[in-house]
Amino acid sequence: MMEIMEGSHAVAEIVKYCRPQVIAAYPITPQTHIVEALAQMVANCEIDAEYITVESEFSALSACLGASAAGSRVYSATTSQGLALMFEVCFNVAGMRQPVVMSIANRSLGAPLSIWNDQQDSISLRDSGWIQLYAEDNQEAADLHLIAYRVCEDHSVLLPAFVCFDGFILSHTYEPVDMPTQEEVDGYLPPFVPYQRLDAKDPLSMGMYATPEYYMEFRYEIDRAMQRAKQVLVRAGTEFSEQFGRDYTGLVEGYRLDGADTALVAMGSICGTVKDAVDEMRDAGKKVGLLKIRTFRPFPAPEIADALRDVGTVAVLDKNISLGNSGAVGTEVKAALYGSGIRVLDYIIGLGGRDVRKEDIAKIVDLAEKGEGDMFYGLRTEVL
Amino acid sequence: MPLQVGCAARPGKARENKTGAWRVFRPVVEREVCTKCGMCALVCPEGCVEETEDETYVVDLDYCKGCGICAEVCPKKAIRMEREEK
Amino acid sequence: MAEVRQGCELFESGHRACGGCGPALAARLLLKATGENVIIVASTGCMEVFSTPYPETAWKVPWIHSLFENAAAVASGIDAALKKQGRDEKVVCVCGDGATFDIGVLCISGAFERGHDITYICYDNEAYMNTGIQRSGATPYDASTTTSPAGRCSLGNVHQKKDMPGILAAHGAPYVATASVAFPNDFMQKVERAVNTPGPTYVQVHAPCCTGWGFESGETLAIGKLAIETGLWVNYEMVDGEVVKAKKVRRKPVEEYLSRQRRFRHLFKPVRRDDEIAKIQAIADRNAEKFGIDIRRKE
Repeated sequence: MMEIMEGSHAVAEIVKYCRPQVIAAYPITPQTHIVEALAQMVANCEIDAEYITVESEFSALSACLGASAAGSRVYSATTSQGLALMFEVCFNVAGMRQPVVMSIANRSLGAPLSIWNDQQDSISLRDSGWIQLYAEDNQEAADLHLIAYRVCEDHSVLLPAFVCFDGFILSHTYEPVDMPTQEEVDGYLPPFVPYQRLDAKDPLSMGMYATPEYYMEFRYEIDRAMQRAKQVLVRAGTEFSEQFGRDYTGLVEGYRLDGADTALVAMGSICGTVKDAVDEMRDAGKKVGLLKIRTFRPFPAPEIADALRDVGTVAVLDKNISLGNSGAVGTEVKAALYGSGIRVLDYIIGLGGRDVRKEDIAKIVDLAEKGEGDMFYGLRTEVL
Repeated sequence: MPLQVGCAARPGKARENKTGAWRVFRPVVEREVCTKCGMCALVCPEGCVEETEDETYVVDLDYCKGCGICAEVCPKKAIRMEREEK
Repeated sequence: MAEVRQGCELFESGHRACGGCGPALAARLLLKATGENVIIVASTGCMEVFSTPYPETAWKVPWIHSLFENAAAVASGIDAALKKQGRDEKVVCVCGDGATFDIGVLCISGAFERGHDITYICYDNEAYMNTGIQRSGATPYDASTTTSPAGRCSLGNVHQKKDMPGILAAHGAPYVATASVAFPNDFMQKVERAVNTPGPTYVQVHAPCCTGWGFESGETLAIGKLAIETGLWVNYEMVDGEVVKAKKVRRKPVEEYLSRQRRFRHLFKPVRRDDEIAKIQAIADRNAEKFGIDIRRKE
């Protein structure tokens, strides 16, 4: 049913339908509306879950790890400093192969302290073994949670996932969302069947340590699971499309790329702005398109290379910066297109909530076509 | 054997590591002196002192590291530590 | 491979602890007390390392290790999941003093404040032994460790042991106890009582470490016993924040405990430090006073 919903409430609503047994989360702006809504649902018996009011994000994810290991479907949500505090647990959850699903209301990392949006938080955990999905709008933010649980809990994957959506820009914005019913969700997402669990009737030691004889093979296995997740994501996305009529068949999504000379590459809510800008530029006769990356981990390098094979110039929009190098997405897109002869330029944009408008996108396309890039875009030079 | 997902393992494998090879001193139980109180079995950090069917105690030398706690706690001093000859 | 005979212990032979290891004995004893219907949550540390190199686990009950400092939070999640699934296993954390007194305090405080039905057992060997005998918040006054070494201008650890049982009792824990591997039956009874008390319970077991403290491997229980007989370790129980029972002793001078361990050697050589020994005696005297452990001779 189509409803006008705040992004956070759309996420909370869909999480309710996913029937997590244990929720552990710690409040942090701009994630709070999600967990407040879930706490209220628990208080109203609308959801049959234990809500653990942990004393930190570190404990939130640790509690999720324990509950998942004991065989329950779990959920958490965080952002920014909270995710940074979870750093150690993130690697651990992935290494212990627990299918935890966690929403990230993307926010910048201090210092300076900033509560506003960019994607530095989740991008900084790109090597942790979590699947990373990025939503363009509130509908996609909700839908990706269903897909994430399906994929993570698949026994050929068994990895955790971040479902990322931009803080404030989506989390606090009202948009129409087609919310499925409980029955529809149950039809798509089966009950959690743990691959193995802590159980006195069938003892198992979990999270043992590995000597150099074994460590590399364990890491290799995690990487292989990540590679397998690609097919499982496509399969789960295809089935989702069949059941709900919204298309999630691809790890990436092209927009007006046919015959494009220049392609923008972006993740998250900025894609909406870019689509409008592309429409205007196309109307003005400019051959421009967009490639939206929905799945950042596993990284869809061949899919990106295939989608961009006919363009001459690529402008990557990065809401993050690997200080001392460049944006993470730009670096990886360059690697994906290595040897293709396609010119790839990177633009650091929108850090700490800096607004990015349609006209900025048009300016970036102009810069890219002149070969000017690999730069911060939109700096206020008067304060430098 | 293929790796178990998540660095997990079923019980049973520790016993393949026979720690008896570490031993420098070997506990020798004098059966005539032993009063079968069971203290040696209770306090062995290896859990390798076992009660036999005739209610005496034997040390499983596959695992005994020769720490000497059993000899120290024995109220009758029925256990003495003898240097291993290798 | 030759057939390996299976033992009947829940904590199996073949683990890699040093000979005479107090914590290894604590692990064996506590599992005798909990029985099979338990889930153990371990922190990183000596016990985790000596008992679970993949794939050789010494644990015949379900066991999980995540990180150094989060056992209480992992246990919180397990407790919540078991509750939702209608299961009745006991959830028991088994963690060293570094994980308990220092790096894990946040998670422990949270779990105890929320009142999870878990038992937290700290095996206290009074320093970070796994990383090579560095001081922790549980290291006693004047003990020489690798990060509080005795030296020309140092007499070892300058701080006194943190009162962790008191801190957890102040959280409203219904049952808090201290124990020692030197009194195995007492320890097992306390663990049994702890796991059968609803809510968060805490048992801190003195587990002498021959390698870290510097005594012969056979003396583990003798040293533990001396700690109690000198009043430097007190075995007591707290119910709802009140001390209800403390083991009484005919106290010996602290010197008898100190002089048998390498970590206190600098108090006796090259010159005897009567002033420092007196300070440690004063700690024991305060313990005796606080817990009323002295057996007084009839006048």
